[in-house]
Amino acid sequence: MTRRSLLRGAALGAGAVTLPTLLAACGSGPGGDGKTVTLGSNASDEVPRKAFQDAFDLFEKNSKKKVEVNTVDHNTFQENINRYLQGRPDDVFMWFAGYRMQFFAERGLLSEISDLWKGFDGFSGALKDQSTGADGKQYFVPFYYYPWAVFYRKSVFEQGGYEIPTTFDQYTALAKQMQKDGLVPFAFGDKDGWPAMGTFDYLDMRANGYEFHKSLMAGEESWTDPRVREVFDLWRGLMPYHDKGANGRTWQEAAQTLAQKKTGMAVFGLPQPGQQFSEADREDLDFFPFPEISPEHGQDAVEAPIDGFLMSSKVKNEEGAEELLKFLATPAAEDAYLKSDPNNIAVHSGADTSAYSTLQKKAAELVSNAKHISQFLDRDTRPDFASTVMIKAFQDFIDDPDDIDGLLKGIESQKKTIFAEGQE
Amino acid sequence: MPLVNHARRTRRRGPRRFTARDLAVIGVLLGFAILLDLFIIWGPTVASITLSFSSWDGLSDLSWVGGDNYDTLAGGDYPPFWPAVRNNLLWIAFLGLVATPFGLLLAVVIDRGVRFSRFYQSTIYLPVVLSLAVVGFIAQLIFSRDQGALNAILGNENNPTDWLGDRDLNIWMVLLAAGWRHTGYVMILYLAGLKAVAPELKEAAAIDGANERQTFLRVVFPTMRPVNVVVLVITVIEALRAFDIVYAINKGRNGLELLSVLVTDNIIGEASRIGFGSAIAVVLLTVSLGFIVTYLVQEMRGEEHR
Repeated sequence: MTRRSLLRGAALGAGAVTLPTLLAACGSGPGGDGKTVTLGSNASDEVPRKAFQDAFDLFEKNSKKKVEVNTVDHNTFQENINRYLQGRPDDVFMWFAGYRMQFFAERGLLSEISDLWKGFDGFSGALKDQSTGADGKQYFVPFYYYPWAVFYRKSVFEQGGYEIPTTFDQYTALAKQMQKDGLVPFAFGDKDGWPAMGTFDYLDMRANGYEFHKSLMAGEESWTDPRVREVFDLWRGLMPYHDKGANGRTWQEAAQTLAQKKTGMAVFGLPQPGQQFSEADREDLDFFPFPEISPEHGQDAVEAPIDGFLMSSKVKNEEGAEELLKFLATPAAEDAYLKSDPNNIAVHSGADTSAYSTLQKKAAELVSNAKHISQFLDRDTRPDFASTVMIKAFQDFIDDPDDIDGLLKGIESQKKTIFAEGQE
Repeated sequence: MPLVNHARRTRRRGPRRFTARDLAVIGVLLGFAILLDLFIIWGPTVASITLSFSSWDGLSDLSWVGGDNYDTLAGGDYPPFWPAVRNNLLWIAFLGLVATPFGLLLAVVIDRGVRFSRFYQSTIYLPVVLSLAVVGFIAQLIFSRDQGALNAILGNENNPTDWLGDRDLNIWMVLLAAGWRHTGYVMILYLAGLKAVAPELKEAAAIDGANERQTFLRVVFPTMRPVNVVVLVITVIEALRAFDIVYAINKGRNGLELLSVLVTDNIIGEASRIGFGSAIAVVLLTVSLGFIVTYLVQEMRGEEHR
């Protein structure tokens, strides 16, 4: 190798490092022509990806505008959302409702769409709440949701002669009976860290009500409050009926034991258990709403994470983006989507439900009757608090359900640090 | 004026050691290396240390919190921290005191030419080609509580052992899996080292009446000093950079905490705690520096003696 070629190589190497960043800094990309709307998608799985494409195709056909979809792997999209929004985000992007949306709205990374919302119809008040930022303005277009509930197999309940429990006492009594009959009452897997959040959310909302749950999630209540302690006490009472070794089991493995009739019940979101059931068994799958704990709150809250769309504050083709959002808020868009992905429920009251499965119909009814809709622990609170504190806390609790006071003290002191950081 | 004249004269008189072209070449070659070093090694290091005194979340303006992040870590307000430190040290101890000596033992046995030694050699070396993340997936197939092979073999269906979910057990299972790969790595290095030891040395030792153990400990092992150093460095690096296997198994939670995982947990994500994560990274850096400095001091001393 001559000295000259070595030099050339070095220069090229340096160019390769710096050039792309320079290019990225000056390129304007598509979107400047007013005809193209760019859309950031986290729907990297085959089924939703195709379903979303169907909805966008319909928009393109009606509006003569083009949607340029940039799909990123679901988890990667989530992990990089910070840098994404500060960099060169697409005009419109997929995200989640609730606190997780408000967090970005507060930091000025989203475009307000209150005017668009005035033209929307068919969205319930609960949906509007979830689309509203802390400043009272709307930012989010909801698209579909999937409620959480207690899932079971009809045949197992028939065989055991079990009744659907509506109160916590009946729930516990049923669990006791199942254990006597040789079943593990609750399928449970929390290796991924988040599935246990569903149970906690329901226990808290049933015992203390939606409003308390919401302020607890927003960091306004103390975790050492006796009301939180009670939630963990209730949960500890149920622990002997949960499948052991939950920290080493994924939710998929837990759902399989439900399918195999080794376990009797499980708290899940709608799309989850079905995936682990064979086609033939799927008709046998059913659910009931999480039982009542305090009569004051009854079963008025439903945990139903909502996915939808946001417009970034750096939107380039604002007119096009608004037109797309308007379209996405119509039943036609949701129908086009749900045709290919029947695991979720449309949010629009005008959406076509005739093609729904029995389970979907029941889920839609559950949500439409709900007075309050919660999102899910990791969507109702600061994501850094949920991921670095709560996941570990729940796994600690599963490992040793007896030291509740120590656990809550730890959560509270970490919460103070993290929520204080956010204020600055 | 006289100064300039003087300079011109000296330059003309003395032999020119570097042409302008040479200087340019040196400048560019060294310059790039130094720039790269500054930008991709020292820059981030200094940035991490600086950020560790802030509570930056990647979105808002920087605000300085002094040593608060370190207080939080040391004071136990961040529960996973001390387990992570303990686990990191456990990794070093296990790889250094168990897996590495075992690799050496295998190398010695194979080097003496047992039957089927080529077969053993390739079998033990095989896992080295796997990424630790893949080793993690294999470990799950074996150790999973409900569906793992190990519980099926042991036949304890009614009360299965939760190898990966039980936080008192899982770290050992992971070390076992990581050791499985590390042993092969060390073995192949030592095999090369053993081949390089001159047979005359062993013969001379034998003539002097040394038995096999003495020959190995007093003659063969010390002559492999360069290999020993390499193996030691590799062992420490492997232990400190461990990440992929625990992340593949349970995202480094519930008993498998490591400093590298905590850094990732805090820095990557929607609402990143970049300041806090940087503080953990600095702790990891300090631990690493301890080993690096010890190693460098040893090496430099060795050179002086040589």
